[in-house]
Amino acid sequence: MFFNEAYAGNGLPIQGTDVAVMWDSLYNFLLWLSVFFFILVVGGMIYLAVRYRKREGDKSKYITGNHLIEAIWTIVPTILLLGIFAWGYQVYSKMVHAPSDAMEIRVIGKQWLWQFQYEDGKSTIGELYVPINKPVKLIMSSEDVLHSFFIPNFRVKQDVVPGMYSSVWFEAKVPGQHQVFCTEYCGFSHSGMLAKVIVLQPDEWAAWKKGKSVAGGIGTVGVSGTQGGAPLAAESLPAQGKKLTEAKGCVACHSDDGSTKIGPTYKGLFGSKVELQDGSTVVADENYIRESIMKPQAKVVKGFNPVMPTFQGLVSESEMNAIVAYIKSLK
Amino acid sequence: MTSGHTTAVAAHGDNYLNHSKGIKSWLFTLDHKRIGVMYLFTVLSFFLLGGIFALLIRLELWGPGRNIMDAGTYNKFFTYHGAIMVFLVVIPLIPAAMGNFFIPMMLGAKDVAFPRLNLASYYIFVIGAVFALCALFFRGADTGWTFYTPYSIRTSTTVILVVGGAFIAGFSSILTGLNMIVTIHKLRAPGLSWTRLPLFVWAIYATSIIQVLATPVLAITLVLLICERLFQIGIFDPKLGGDAVLFQHFFWFYSHPAVYIMILPAMGIISEVMPVFSRKPIFGYKAIAYASFGIALIAFIVWGHHMFVSGQSELANFVFSLLTMFVAIPTGVKVFSWVATMYKGSIRFNVPMLYALGFLELFTIGGLTGVFLGTLAIDVHLTATYFIVAHFHYVMVGGTMMAFLAGLHYWFPKMSGRMYPEKQAVWAFICIIIGFNLTFFPQFILGAEGMPRRYWAYLPEFTNLNRLSTIGSWFLAVGFGWTAVYLWKSMFKGPKASANPWEGNTLEWQTPSPPPFENFTETPIVTMWPYEYRASKNYPMTTPVQGSGKGVQ
Repeated sequence: MFFNEAYAGNGLPIQGTDVAVMWDSLYNFLLWLSVFFFILVVGGMIYLAVRYRKREGDKSKYITGNHLIEAIWTIVPTILLLGIFAWGYQVYSKMVHAPSDAMEIRVIGKQWLWQFQYEDGKSTIGELYVPINKPVKLIMSSEDVLHSFFIPNFRVKQDVVPGMYSSVWFEAKVPGQHQVFCTEYCGFSHSGMLAKVIVLQPDEWAAWKKGKSVAGGIGTVGVSGTQGGAPLAAESLPAQGKKLTEAKGCVACHSDDGSTKIGPTYKGLFGSKVELQDGSTVVADENYIRESIMKPQAKVVKGFNPVMPTFQGLVSESEMNAIVAYIKSLK
Repeated sequence: MTSGHTTAVAAHGDNYLNHSKGIKSWLFTLDHKRIGVMYLFTVLSFFLLGGIFALLIRLELWGPGRNIMDAGTYNKFFTYHGAIMVFLVVIPLIPAAMGNFFIPMMLGAKDVAFPRLNLASYYIFVIGAVFALCALFFRGADTGWTFYTPYSIRTSTTVILVVGGAFIAGFSSILTGLNMIVTIHKLRAPGLSWTRLPLFVWAIYATSIIQVLATPVLAITLVLLICERLFQIGIFDPKLGGDAVLFQHFFWFYSHPAVYIMILPAMGIISEVMPVFSRKPIFGYKAIAYASFGIALIAFIVWGHHMFVSGQSELANFVFSLLTMFVAIPTGVKVFSWVATMYKGSIRFNVPMLYALGFLELFTIGGLTGVFLGTLAIDVHLTATYFIVAHFHYVMVGGTMMAFLAGLHYWFPKMSGRMYPEKQAVWAFICIIIGFNLTFFPQFILGAEGMPRRYWAYLPEFTNLNRLSTIGSWFLAVGFGWTAVYLWKSMFKGPKASANPWEGNTLEWQTPSPPPFENFTETPIVTMWPYEYRASKNYPMTTPVQGSGKGVQ
């Protein structure tokens, strides 16, 4: 699907999303503008070189500048560049702001594979299954070094950074397989850190959710977890998270029913405004919860003592995703 | 043209090359010209080394899978290629080699302000280079020239040697910059006011300011990286409590301005060559001079455009993209002014001029594709692909190397006292221009199609364009190799050059070729700006004139 189909033109990959269509318009505009300026400068240069080449007894004109023409070639590019900037920002904000109803899938990058965790507890490696015409938001983290998640057909790319969550979203319009590359150098097998986005029709998606292998699947990729795209875990991601908070002893200090123990409760935490000891407030998003687990002293909630130990090195990325999903589920 | 005095000395045959003899007279010389020549040879030998790695990289990319080396070796080779070319070649190439030789001469000075410091700078550079290259004999380095954390902290390769080498070489850059700033301020010949400075001097002045202000940030960053590797202090590695993106901010705070350390001096050379060979005054002298400073200033506030997909906030991306657009304005002003300089001239197509025209072609492509990458949404798809690789090679090689070759041929008669063979040089130029476009233009298309950079293996769909690029690299190798051979031969056997073969106005041409030991037998008195050119006549900066003003109208 990635290269077998005809290009959109100008050597670009196929247009897998509406964002890709918008991106291509801007790209093509820049391309033709560049062609124009290239001809203006280099064509002009060649014309002048030929027209004013040295000849017997010729004279050169004494010109040291011209304020009008200098003003023109300062002001016109300025206006053009500001326009290009604005257009670029407009497309960019479409690219980065996921609709609020987007389906969330967790992505973990590790040397040298991509793992995907779905809300219902499924987990796949090397293949990301998504439904067609539905916004999908990827919440991404890294187990080791920097990676970058790049889907050329969707024109989106986002670095995956250890120690924090980053995200990218898309709404696929073209069914089938779409190539994923890692585009942040990550060591020996960087060029082998590939994956596919497999965009399924509604009926295929329903079947896949039920655990059936689907036609779009390309078989087992990576070390474990998937067989023809069939799911592994039977428990949903929040349910896995709930078990983890018990196993790791979180529940000794944090409740899930709104009651206050040694630490604040999980209930209603996600998305709420949290008041900190120093009087400032933060919104409790994915990165806030991650930080509170890894660096508990960084943002201490008002009215509580900074007594929580760090869980640095004790929680894997997939466990972290489950715990965050669990806390998020406690509205 | 030259005073009777200097002609007499030239007849005597005393010049900076034969003034004293023996290897020691070179190794311990305080003469800025000899130090410039030593820089030139040192840097060009690193260029050869970096070039060999480039050819090997391209050879490995001949086909989609493994061709001549494994992934680990490939990762090391692109790291060496990048680190050598950036830190040991393109940064020092023009400021240290050409700047050392010609800035004092263009100012009518005997030497730089601090000759001993100048020699020290050279040796610091050599020590840094040796330090970095030692890594080749241990476990190498495989981080890419950008040393991104946390990979650079965790890899088992000898990153510390390479980073340490870059750290040491950085001091050479800082001290050279300092020396140039003081020299330009204090050692100008009588009559050489700021508005009469040749544009190459303006360019080196702007460059020096960046070198002095930005390089210390790189030094600190690299030291922090070394500390983290040695003592496990958590600064950049999240596992140790650090912040991985912080490194990128620090790194690009230097490395973006460093891009202008590489290109501003190149622009300076073009500003000299265009009027001399067009036999016309430079178009928009002040605009070009101020544009250098405009670029140097903006250089410091656009580093975030390397990080649009790094996880940096949307607001930061907004601001950095907007600011980046302003780089294009002074750059455009320069390009338009150079082209306008040719209008109604009487143009000679000697090799320096050919390279200047080559610069305009390639740099225009490099600059225009820079606008693509400064545009927020467009960068998201193109960044970290071959589009980026093509873009910065068009700027760094198509820009800086072309300008360097223009300068090298322009000043070769002055430096060596001999002429290069014009015909061979034209053919080598054609070979380089074809080779360059063949190597790097396909990479724009590869990048737009989505091929990521730093890939040892690639999808079969990318094969044809990669092959074109590899074939281009051989043309480039032939062109550069050929140039090296004829210049080396001409250095010893070329026909003797006159004092001023191109009829240039700047002061370095108003003294014999090669210049005498202390450049001028008597201090030149400047009466005129540098760009007083006519079709068949020129008025050197020392032309005696009545009254004041710009010059002979």
